[in-house]
Amino acid sequence: MNWIIWCVATIVLTPLAIGLLTGVDRIITARMQSRVGPPVLQPFYDVLKLFGKQKLVVNRFHGDFVLSSLIFTIASVGLFFAGQNLLIIIFALIVGNIFLVLAAYCSNSPYALIGAERELLQMLSAEPMILLSAVGLYMVTGSFDVSSIVAVNGCPFIYLPGVFIALTYVLTIKLRKSPFDLSTSHHAHQELVKGLSVEFAGPSLALFEIIHWYETFLLLAILYLFFANMPILGILVVLFIYFIEILIDNINARVKWELMLGSAWVVTLVLGVGNLIFLYLIQ
Amino acid sequence: MSIKKSPWIIHYDGSSCNGCDIEVLACLMPRYDVERFGIINVGNPKHADIFLITGSINTQNKDVVKNLYDQMGEPKVVVALGSCACSGHFFAECYNTLGGVDKVIPVDVYCPGCAARPEAMIDAVVKGLGVLEEKQKKMKKK
Repeated sequence: MNWIIWCVATIVLTPLAIGLLTGVDRIITARMQSRVGPPVLQPFYDVLKLFGKQKLVVNRFHGDFVLSSLIFTIASVGLFFAGQNLLIIIFALIVGNIFLVLAAYCSNSPYALIGAERELLQMLSAEPMILLSAVGLYMVTGSFDVSSIVAVNGCPFIYLPGVFIALTYVLTIKLRKSPFDLSTSHHAHQELVKGLSVEFAGPSLALFEIIHWYETFLLLAILYLFFANMPILGILVVLFIYFIEILIDNINARVKWELMLGSAWVVTLVLGVGNLIFLYLIQ
Repeated sequence: MSIKKSPWIIHYDGSSCNGCDIEVLACLMPRYDVERFGIINVGNPKHADIFLITGSINTQNKDVVKNLYDQMGEPKVVVALGSCACSGHFFAECYNTLGGVDKVIPVDVYCPGCAARPEAMIDAVVKGLGVLEEKQKKMKKK
């Protein structure tokens, strides 16, 4: 019986929830720029439209890579709902990401190549911290399983404030928001910045959007795990962090990749690893 | 159905004097804010549904316009913005000018004006949405 609930939550509720969140994001962004902004259901209109467009496939591998990426990303969210091992979930997410990079690489378009390389740099900046957050949750709760982390008494955030802040820092990279929207941008910017998705057209661009929704959900879900014993506070904190990300997106210009990689690793080392060392010493 | 609610545009400046281009940008700015209708200005022809062209076609840019048009996925609509894009206007008699956009690719909506007003541009794009929907219906029948 339980697995039906997980499947429904994964396949139906997650895209609906994050699609709505993205719609609200676009309205808030527009208001911050003193515009009115699109309707709240706009992300769904976009995705439905893209499914109705012509399939423009550059070569025969492109579609398979996008589909594999979707499968792995959905699998990681499914494993999360099933309460499985957090490390496996993060690895599945990374594999899904790698397939997107491969899809961009296989097109041989110069813009897509630059986008793919920048996406790899983004992963290099963000993934260490995401893995460290799993390690931090393990040190506090004694388990990598999501089901045990949720069941534990006490709030992991109290022991892991540094890890939480560092994770929030790299969240900007994973959500594709300024100042770290190097490979492709969440909002409509022109120029090279559409790099990773430049060869995606029609249905494959729609899948790209949906993959991003799942990815966003999983990252917000990992943030939520820091407050797992207090669901209402957890959801409020996650929404607040998302709002902060929108604010950062709107008040920052894009940075060069050196600054992204350097600052992400410094934050990871100082706040993330520092927090874990401190935790190890006091335990 | 949903194609009317999320038309993404790509804007190409043929050999415009930038008068129309500035007005296109004005459409995206807070005063007119076309994102209200789900319109996003994308820089990539593969993502776009509506092709906005300002300025006349000359011997240098005709291949570029043709190339951009070919890269767009069906259904697609071409909107000629401003008098130059419609017919060549002042420049029609020039030695290097071929004329309006319709000399190279099929145009669906003409929006004259020098420069065309942002209101007229939004009207032209909304007019183009009807054509877009018709084209999608035809595509489905095939």
